[in-house]
Amino acid sequence: MSRHTLSVLVEDVSGVLARIAGLFARRGFNIESLAVGPTEKAGVSRMTIVVNVDEQPLEQVTKQLNKLVNVIKIVELDPERSVTRELILIKVRAGQETRSHILETAQLFRAKVVDVSADTVVIEGTGSRGKLNALIEILEPYGIQELIQSGAVATARGGRGISERNLRSA
Amino acid sequence: MSERMTGSQSLVRSLEHADVEVVFGIPGGAILPAYDPLMDSKQIRHILVRHEQGAGHAAEGYATATGKVGVCMATSGPGATNLVTALADAYMDSVPIVAITGQVGAAAIGTDAFQEADIRGITFPITKHNYLITDPAEIPAAIAEAFHIAATGRPGPVLVDISKTALQAETEFEWPERLEMPGYRPTRKPNNRQIKQAAKLITASEKPVLYVGGGVIKAGAAAELRMMAETSGIPVVTTLMARGAFPDDHELHLGMPGMHGSVAAVGALQKADLLIAVGTRFDDRVTGHLDSFAPNARIIHADVDPAEIGKNKPVDVPIVGDAREILAALAVATQTEIEKGERADITAWRERVAGWKTNYPLGYDEPDDGTLSPQYVIERLGELAGPEAIYCAGVGQHQMWASQFIRFENPRTWLNSGGAGTMGYAVPAAMGAKVGVPDATVWAVDGDGCFQMTNQELATCTINNIPIKVALINNSALGMVRQWQTLFYSERYSNTDLNSHEFPDFVKLAEAYGAVGLRCETAEEVDATIEKAMSINDRPVVVDFRVHKDAMVWPMVAAGMSNDEIKYARDLAPEWERGTEE
Repeated sequence: MSRHTLSVLVEDVSGVLARIAGLFARRGFNIESLAVGPTEKAGVSRMTIVVNVDEQPLEQVTKQLNKLVNVIKIVELDPERSVTRELILIKVRAGQETRSHILETAQLFRAKVVDVSADTVVIEGTGSRGKLNALIEILEPYGIQELIQSGAVATARGGRGISERNLRSA
Repeated sequence: MSERMTGSQSLVRSLEHADVEVVFGIPGGAILPAYDPLMDSKQIRHILVRHEQGAGHAAEGYATATGKVGVCMATSGPGATNLVTALADAYMDSVPIVAITGQVGAAAIGTDAFQEADIRGITFPITKHNYLITDPAEIPAAIAEAFHIAATGRPGPVLVDISKTALQAETEFEWPERLEMPGYRPTRKPNNRQIKQAAKLITASEKPVLYVGGGVIKAGAAAELRMMAETSGIPVVTTLMARGAFPDDHELHLGMPGMHGSVAAVGALQKADLLIAVGTRFDDRVTGHLDSFAPNARIIHADVDPAEIGKNKPVDVPIVGDAREILAALAVATQTEIEKGERADITAWRERVAGWKTNYPLGYDEPDDGTLSPQYVIERLGELAGPEAIYCAGVGQHQMWASQFIRFENPRTWLNSGGAGTMGYAVPAAMGAKVGVPDATVWAVDGDGCFQMTNQELATCTINNIPIKVALINNSALGMVRQWQTLFYSERYSNTDLNSHEFPDFVKLAEAYGAVGLRCETAEEVDATIEKAMSINDRPVVVDFRVHKDAMVWPMVAAGMSNDEIKYARDLAPEWERGTEE
């Protein structure tokens, strides 16, 4: 099994997320992460779907996705030639003694402190999965009270966008 | 030019614009507003069925027999959920139907209102597409899109759920000039390079087979298939869904492949060095154990649905497009290759498959006790009703025998539930077919189990002057399940005896529905009974053929086994090399 990032352009109509999620469930695929939002074009949303599957079933699922009437285009993003970002919010215990260590760690990861209370801080981190995992690992010993992660969003490097023809459809 | 009217009127007007001539349905609370203007339509005939499943299968029968889009209508909640089986059936067999359902008022959606069901959510996995309309202005576009989606590409069912408030509200009707569907662009024209590649592979192969599926009938490609087969001299097998795509009496036709396929058809796929698969999907009932299916064959797979290509079996040459365009192009490209003089010799292969056909014809044993053999009944029915009649089957033994023993010559004359295997399909589908093709003789070949699931539509047939004929192959049991119990469960017949030689009395039942009921219990009476049934055309006819319980469907490949393990009768395996040289 390997991780694949699909960038999916869909019509922004009711039920489209249910159709896509249902298709994954029905065909036996697990979605690792999912991010949905509007695009530069009105009426069109973009989903970034990260799945863990082999090549052959991935081809089948993209073909099935392509058959959904509200799906406009699907591109698989090559990890070497794309930029992927995730965002996490970590609420971590921070007492008198540990607070400065935690703030230092956040700085090292170029993460931001977005909320402070008497005994916790909330750190906002962005980056690749690897970087964020490392941040979580380092903060773990202090006591993570809450961990909130977004789905990955990704784009191909270079000047071309997904709507242009040159990007090969998956 | 737009016109002011209610959502209901807009719906009926839209259906008229979509060239609908008949709707099968049942009214109820939420769809009630639509039934009022429907009454005034001069174009649309509404046929009031007795159960919504009947409406769905009738729409399928109409669509399959005519090639047009079938339409069914139901109310919200249970009305809509009763359509589910028929929608699933249409989805599996790629039948173009549009289902219109009423939904509770927009404000009540999501509140568990009376007769509310999320039919759009329920039917996501079993429709090609579906809609929930709460704004009456969206009705014309939704209907136009629904018919376009149902009929084009790989056909399939589309459901349009419309809230009662949208049906009641005032709106502007305007039929859309063009459809805006950026995500829906089915490929029709095949890629030229792939056609050429396929033609080269075809002419280089020594043991090719044309493996033909229902897509060929849906694409109206029977003539192109024949041209391709005759140009190339390549033997043809037609799947359960493709019966009638190629004449059964054609010398190149090896019959049906699969679990109950002919030895020649199954053997040809197994021993082939090339499968030219057109409009077919390598279903498990055809392939048997997938890894040992056609082990030496390269594969050309042509289908209008790109997701089918390579889904079950890796493919050497994929071709996406309309089966008719593909077969026409392939015939020409193959001819060009042949004219270049580069053609592998397929004579030995032709002789070998012909040998299987001669040595292992379809057959059956007469029951020892002198009771009626179901295969004989079906064989005679096929002879007497002829290849111009339309035959609809339910699911089970009678379906397999009908597929095997009726000699099909024409596309759209064989209707059955292939993918879903829906018992109860035959009677309502026959009703729909007869409405679509009123001049044809329409026979439902049904089992006693299947018949009892949807036979109430006989009332619909009688009342609406739809004189279908039903050949009830009554073995008093759930025959196919019983056959498996005989073969795989040590003859322990758990819950398969229906006692239908006693209850119900099918002759009386037929008469109660205003149909003619006939009974036939011996081989001697078969022809006369069928002829009598054929002579009655002013009302439906049901013939209760009381047949032997222990008759079995052969040949058979046991579920999950390799097709190499085919038995043409119990414990009898074909000798593949008999009478031919390897």
